[in-house]
Amino acid sequence: MSTSNTRQEVIVSSHGDGGLLTHELLQRIFFPAFSNQWLDQAGDAAVLTLDNQRLAMTTDSFVVSPLFFPGGDIGKLAVCGTVNDLIVSGAQPLWLSAAFILPEGMPRRMLEAVVQSMADTARGLRLPIITGDTKVADNGGPENLFISTTGIGLVHTGADLHPGNIEPSDVVIVSGTIGDHGAAILSARLGLAPQDSPTSDCAPLNFVFTKLQPLFPEIKVMRDPTRGGIATTLIELASSGKVDLVLEESSIPIKPKVKAVADLLGVDPYYLASEGKALLVVKQEAADAVLRLLREHPQGEESAVIGVAEPGKGNVYLRTSLGGTRQLRMLAGTPLPRIC
Amino acid sequence: MDRIDDGLLKALLRKVDSLGQRAQEQKRRKVKIMEVCGTHTVSFARSGITSLVGSYLDLRSGPGCPVCVTHQQDLDRMFALAKLKDTLIVTFGDMLRVPGTFTTLETEKARGAKVHICYSPLEAVDLAAQNPSYNVILLSIGFETTAPTIAATLLQAAEAGLSNFYLYPALKMVPPALLALLQDGGCDLDGLILPGHVSTVLGSEAFHFVGRFGIPAVVAGFEPLELLMGLYVLLRMINEERAAVENAYSHVVRAKGNLSAQRLINLCFEEEPVTHWRGLGPIPSSGYRLAERYAAFDVRTRYELHTPPVEARPRCRCGDIITGKISPFECPLFNKGCTPSDPAGPCMVSSEGACSAYYQYMLR
Ligand code: SF4
Repeated sequence: MSTSNTRQEVIVSSHGDGGLLTHELLQRIFFPAFSNQWLDQAGDAAVLTLDNQRLAMTTDSFVVSPLFFPGGDIGKLAVCGTVNDLIVSGAQPLWLSAAFILPEGMPRRMLEAVVQSMADTARGLRLPIITGDTKVADNGGPENLFISTTGIGLVHTGADLHPGNIEPSDVVIVSGTIGDHGAAILSARLGLAPQDSPTSDCAPLNFVFTKLQPLFPEIKVMRDPTRGGIATTLIELASSGKVDLVLEESSIPIKPKVKAVADLLGVDPYYLASEGKALLVVKQEAADAVLRLLREHPQGEESAVIGVAEPGKGNVYLRTSLGGTRQLRMLAGTPLPRIC
Repeated sequence: MDRIDDGLLKALLRKVDSLGQRAQEQKRRKVKIMEVCGTHTVSFARSGITSLVGSYLDLRSGPGCPVCVTHQQDLDRMFALAKLKDTLIVTFGDMLRVPGTFTTLETEKARGAKVHICYSPLEAVDLAAQNPSYNVILLSIGFETTAPTIAATLLQAAEAGLSNFYLYPALKMVPPALLALLQDGGCDLDGLILPGHVSTVLGSEAFHFVGRFGIPAVVAGFEPLELLMGLYVLLRMINEERAAVENAYSHVVRAKGNLSAQRLINLCFEEEPVTHWRGLGPIPSSGYRLAERYAAFDVRTRYELHTPPVEARPRCRCGDIITGKISPFECPLFNKGCTPSDPAGPCMVSSEGACSAYYQYMLR
């Protein structure tokens, strides 16, 4: 990038926000260096075939400030994040590993609380954490704990989930309100009063797997809209599926408190993370059945159809309540609070 | 916050359409309206209204984006301060990726500079107390809306007796900038949308001078319904050839504004004789400096700042954007040499910048 305006010869925080700069890093450094048939699927988990069984494997690192937030903590997040990547790949989670880089100076009690929360979350899912690693480093602050988890799951025989499957007239479904986690973290940092603060939706998505198993053949692809929110996730799906996804703004479920925090900080809620929601693209004929099954579970009560696939070039559009249309684009730079 | 009745919105849009088309026919050209405030630019674009009214309205941005109007020299000096070994910079997130002449805060942070992104300026006071070996510098960029919070922060630091807390004062006033713009010819504007937030602090009376220029003006809010209401009130005046300053945001903005916020500002700041703006140049009595009793908190008393004099980024036309001379689509670099991931100017980075809003919401 010799003509760059803001030449970036070092890694900057925006390289980790899941938006344009993250993609640029993946395309220019990681994919070319590691390229192979499994990595190049570029799914939330890699699908591996062994003796006619399909296994899914995924890995994720977690950094979050504050470590404890309304609705969860980094430990719960580290289990749910990896579990959910397996679930949306159509896999039943079987085993988990966990690696920790502990910051020098971290209060022992704090670490105990995080580990206990991980154990409780995993136990609730009957998911054993079977191996791990611990290192200590100067992470730049006593609360800068880094956790990395890896998960292996068994892919359901009926699942063939891939964005390439998406066709015009397919329907986009979300399993509940959007942006809860991102808004909770922002308000925790902002120090909002508890009654105004949204709660993180951090939760495992196992119900999506259990409920929807019989309908897997009708489901084209699933994703969990974490970093970068539904906007980033849907842009990734649309561009690899070679269709346009057109969303109806008024049908996207969002909690009033989440909307209020987004307005206050001048960020777009479609870019705020969820940590307990699934996005699904399903055949139009199956949409009602999928919705009904999702809504049977308390975590899926607010599931809604939010858009459709149309022939196109891989873009995502939002139809606003006024009848205007705007395109949702990859973020360049983490959504950050504004000045006034 | 309930969803506004879609029917109401659409009905109001139809009224705006018919008033706007009538004005366009009469003028035989599009009606040119400036939204002074950056948040208005973003709200119009995000709600889709900019496109919906685009056939008869030519919406232009104004000098109401604090990051965008900050002079290049100020940016360079702030970033030079970040490079010093004994400084800890506290800033709002908007500033992180703004390109200076030589570097950005994001790059300096990655190279080891201490840069803290704050959600409230008060965090700077805690940081100063916790880090006695650093000089903590709060980058104070903003308008009348931000000044009271910065003032409150300063008072806390003074009360705590902190000797390692400093401000880089770059707070500015919107009315003098608007006055300068209008005196300069005002780019043949047919109407003005006055900033809702600034008016909340100053009161709608602060903009009465606009009446002298024979341009109709309205104070408007930021929700789609309030934006349309503002356009409706403004277009009605334009059609009636009546130039007044009307308040379509009266449930929030009072004539005299917020007196306690004004008192805070007056306690901590005084008028700087001349302040340099990007795009507008030097404007008398348009910025705040620290009041004499707090002058020691001005970082310029602690460090001598020398950066090579620069006018602006040579190719970037932010200066023309924030004075309404061109719209982002008319900048030759827009979406070519300048994108949000590789911005050439502040208007492409700031969350209130017109180029950023047009890129994010209007590009097809
Ligand atoms: S598009 Fe970029 S270069 Fe052009 S005015 Fe906007 S910020 Fe400056």
